[in-house]
Parts: sequence; structure tokens; C-alpha cells
Amino acid sequence: MRVKFTVNGEERTADDVWEGESLLYVLRERLGLPGAKNACEQGECGSCTVYLDDTPVCACLVAAGQVQDREVRTVEGLGSEEELDPVQQAFIERGAVQCGFCTPGLIVAAHDLIRRNPCPKDAEIREALAGNLCRCTGYEKIIDAVHTAAAHSRGEATS
Amino acid sequence: MRTFSYVRADDVDAALRAITDEPNAKFLGGGTNLVDLMREDIERPDTVVDITRLPLAEVEELPDGGVRIGALLRNSHLAAHPVIRSRYPMVAQAVLSGASGQLRNMATVGGNLMQRTRCLYFYDDAAACNKREPGSGCAAIGGFSRSHAVLGASASCAATHPSDLCVALAALDAIVELRSSRGTRRVPLVDFHRMPGDTPEIETVLADDELITAVELPPPPSGVSRYRKVRDRASYAFALVSVAAALDVQDGVVSSIRLALGGVGTKPWRAYQAERALLGAPATEESFRAAARAELADAVSLPHNEFKIRLAESTIVAVLRGMS
Repeated sequence: MRVKFTVNGEERTADDVWEGESLLYVLRERLGLPGAKNACEQGECGSCTVYLDDTPVCACLVAAGQVQDREVRTVEGLGSEEELDPVQQAFIERGAVQCGFCTPGLIVAAHDLIRRNPCPKDAEIREALAGNLCRCTGYEKIIDAVHTAAAHSRGEATS
Repeated sequence: MRTFSYVRADDVDAALRAITDEPNAKFLGGGTNLVDLMREDIERPDTVVDITRLPLAEVEELPDGGVRIGALLRNSHLAAHPVIRSRYPMVAQAVLSGASGQLRNMATVGGNLMQRTRCLYFYDDAAACNKREPGSGCAAIGGFSRSHAVLGASASCAATHPSDLCVALAALDAIVELRSSRGTRRVPLVDFHRMPGDTPEIETVLADDELITAVELPPPPSGVSRYRKVRDRASYAFALVSVAAALDVQDGVVSSIRLALGGVGTKPWRAYQAERALLGAPATEESFRAAARAELADAVSLPHNEFKIRLAESTIVAVLRGMS
């Protein structure tokens, strides 16, 4: 089948899509957007988190046909190499990345949290990121990075 | 994943036609359970009918003071809805205690009712499971049974119903509206899910050609209400025990009580025996404990889940004490 939808502001079309493909597969294998990662394929780990109609979802559980005429924003659409999103910048500054596999999903989930809650507390960050599993960092640096990103987004300088 | 056809329905009639015309078809909502189980080769529909674009995602206030919740409303929208938050807080609390943010953004109200009653052996195709392969046996009974049910289990199956939302809906006397080409019928939520008995593969009374279109809540019960979930970690885990309670106390006596349990039953468990024991009783810890024990008197444990009986009793007492 043909699937047409908007990705990061651009209209994109994928042809010969098999019904069993996920949004994640279409993004990675057909549209050349490998930012969202394929890990558990069960909605457990959050590595594939993208915005669908401005709401974070697990792209691995979205059937390809379901995105027809809808709007997707991936981690590639959050910043550019020249100008990173504050969340991306904060993950670098705080050393919140080790193997990096969970990072794109965490960036999107953290981005959504800061939009909704510009000044999140530790417990709120932990709850908002509960659906994003990281097996390297122990999460402490990630939580630091979210605080830093929130501060940057509020226009505050951080040390 | 096996090959299947994908059909997108734009209105309810088209969805009902598709489910009737296509053999072995299933409705697809948020996909958080169905797509996962298709990938595991446990669910094997030949056709998937995508119903996420049906106009069934509203919360409507009813003249009698109740609400009608569209079956395609996303869980996160249900939990954030001002009417739900103010008048049915236990519903919002229950929804927010389940799954993760991403999954709540995807999962629908109707899909929450239709998620499979399941345990780890259900996913393990090397293990016997009467639910996955009727007649093959149950690896949980005699296996690792820590997560399993102590109420409503049979010799065929002891898996718990995993929903938090349904526990609150059971306490609130919710009604499920079902539509098919034959008409509309309304089923109390407490009768929607079936006990496993000898046919644990049949989990609800929904017919193959029926669609859940709405869940209706009667006006909220008087008094205060709460949903409390006890689990192994603070977030993103199934309940070991959960309690949905609405309690009103007049002159020290229980004048209204609703109680339902999650994590302990093979279906969302309305605690009618505890309610009968509590109504008209003094609102004291002794009454709460006696009522909890009355409900759990028939509980049967497996080798690893006996702790749930005591945990359920303690949680019921703690919740009611905190509300009185």
C-alpha cells in the first residue's frame, strides 16, 4: 500500500508498504530517518518515541496505515546540527549519553515534558521518562540533563 | 508477524460492515496490546479494521449527572479531562497509574477493556497456556505464580486482568455500550469480563461482530473516592494489588461504599462481599478489616502469590482508613 504523511514538516510518501510494517520501520527503512531506534518492538523501552500529531507515541506499535495524512515529528526534526534543541544540547553538556541507543527516544520524551512542565521536579521527570529504558547511565545524568534543558528553555544560564 | 489486510473505517457503520464481511477480522485501536501480540504470533487476524478515526472520542455530560465516554478516547485525554478529574478522580488516578506516557497517549478506552488477560506464560510459546492454545495446559499452575490471581482462578487459568482503569470502572457501576449490525446493547462492566472457567481463551462477552462504542458512568457515588496501586516499583508496573474505593461516612457509620480490586482477580474484581459487610457498619479499622477478610475468604493462593491475600487486606484497610 501507499502511505502518505507529513514528517518533520515535509510531505512524504512511502510505496509498497506491507500492512505489517510499523511507523518505525517506515521511518527508518523507507524514509531514511534512523533517529528513532528499534529495540524492544513491544512498546516497552521507548527508544522509538516520536511525536504523532504532536503527541509522543511508541512508533513500533503504530501500524503504518494508521499514519496516513497525519503528522509525525522525529528526533531529526527537533534541532539541526548547527542549532541543537536545548534538550539535545543539555544531554551533551551533562554527559547523559553512553551507548546512545535510548537517547533519541529520551530526547523526544524530555522535549515533550518540558513543553508541558517548564520546571519539572525530579519525581516528575522520573515519571515522565518511565517509558524510556536506559541500561547504561543509571538515569542520574539524564535527570541532570532534563533540569539543564528546562533551565535553558526558560532562558536561564546554567553552570 | 503474519500477513494480514488493513482496512480503515471512517464511520461506525463501515467498521461494523468490515468486521462482519471479513473473516477473522479484528478492530485496531491504539494497538498497544494487539500489535504487540500480532508480532508475537499470538493474535493472528486475517484483517485488521482500523477504528481510530471513528468519531467516538468525546466525553459527554449526561442529563442525569453521569458521563458518556467515547470508546476511542485516548487514555491520556481521559485522565486529563476536567470533568473526569473533578467528578471521577479515581478514574484519572487509575489511568495515570498504568503503563507509560507514550502508551497512555496511544491506548483507547475501548482497547483498555479489550486488552488480553495475561501472564508471562501467555507470551512464552514454549510454555503450555490454555488461553493461547486451548487444551494445552497451564504452565503457571505449578510454575512461577507470583503475579497470578487469588480470586476467580480455575484449574485452566490464573492470569490477572491487567487494567487499572477497569477496576475504577467496576467500582463506579460503569455500563459498556456495544454495537453491531444487529443493534445496540448495554452491559454492566462487571459482567463484561468473564471468569476463566474451562474456556480461558474467551475473556469477554463481546461478540465477534460487536464494537465497543462508549462507556457510561452513572452520577458519581457520594463521599470521597480514591485509586491506590501497590506494585514492585513506583511506575510502569502492573499492580500486585490495587484498590478503587468510594466511601461516605455519616455519623460515624458507612452510608455508601464502592470497592473494587485489581491485581488479585482474573477479572476486574468488584468487592460486593466487602461492600455488604461495610454498609451500615461503624467506619472503624475493625470494620474495614472484617470486610476485607469477608471478600478474601474465598481466595485461593498458588505457591508464590499467597502474599497477595494479606497485601489486599492491608491495602483495603489502609485506603479506607485514609478516607474516613
